[in-house]
Amino acid sequence: MEVPILKQGAVLIATFQAALSDADLNQLRMGLVQQVVKFRSRAVIVDVTAMDVMDSFASRTLREIAHMIRLRGAETVIVGIQPEVAFAMVQLGLTLEGVATALDLEEGLAYLNEKFKTTN
Amino acid sequence: MAAVQEFHVAINSDQDIVIARQKGRAMASELGFSSSDATFISTAISELARNIVSYARKGQITLRAVQGSSRVGILVIASDNGPGIPDIQQALRDGFSTSGSLGLGLPGVRRLMDEFEITSQPGQGTLVAVKKWRQ
Repeated sequence: MEVPILKQGAVLIATFQAALSDADLNQLRMGLVQQVVKFRSRAVIVDVTAMDVMDSFASRTLREIAHMIRLRGAETVIVGIQPEVAFAMVQLGLTLEGVATALDLEEGLAYLNEKFKTTN
Repeated sequence: MAAVQEFHVAINSDQDIVIARQKGRAMASELGFSSSDATFISTAISELARNIVSYARKGQITLRAVQGSSRVGILVIASDNGPGIPDIQQALRDGFSTSGSLGLGLPGVRRLMDEFEITSQPGQGTLVAVKKWRQ
């Protein structure tokens, strides 16, 4: 299952589906970094609202995506982690340390706008 | 009470991890588990199935509806004929891993579920059985 990546100005928005396999996640990781390079994007928003399970592999992949994109000089924001998914992640001991998170897409965009303003 | 429900999911690839956790969530919802408990159950299944793929390459996840004296539960059994775990105590400690994964799998699964049992012999595979009771 492919993850659609939407380009909105300097921001790329990737929307995760519920049933992503490890192979899908790996493909997304490469795809996102390549598109950040291609479009000279300044930020990526990963919308995980539809994800009903965030296991160790998925959260590690998200952290890797964020770190790779940071090395490109762009910012990543994870948005839409569902409350029960957050609860399960805490029980599993999974953290997204060093990765920005926001409530939803709107908050994620607002966070980035604020950030771009202060760095300009 | 409905008839005994049982599902087997063969685990041979990362795609099967997704199938197993979806079946687990569907069964948990059918049994009347809350949405957050169903999330715990499917997350635990995902971790157990991933251990099978990472360490044993193939195995099986069995999902079974269980009836306690006054409550309903779900039993998840992850079994494989892989290399087994030489030191179970070590594998149950947070932060331990031999396959380069996060190594939080087993202790995390234990926290997500109500009951946890593991049997493993080097060279003879691993069996993890976990239960969650409906609140």
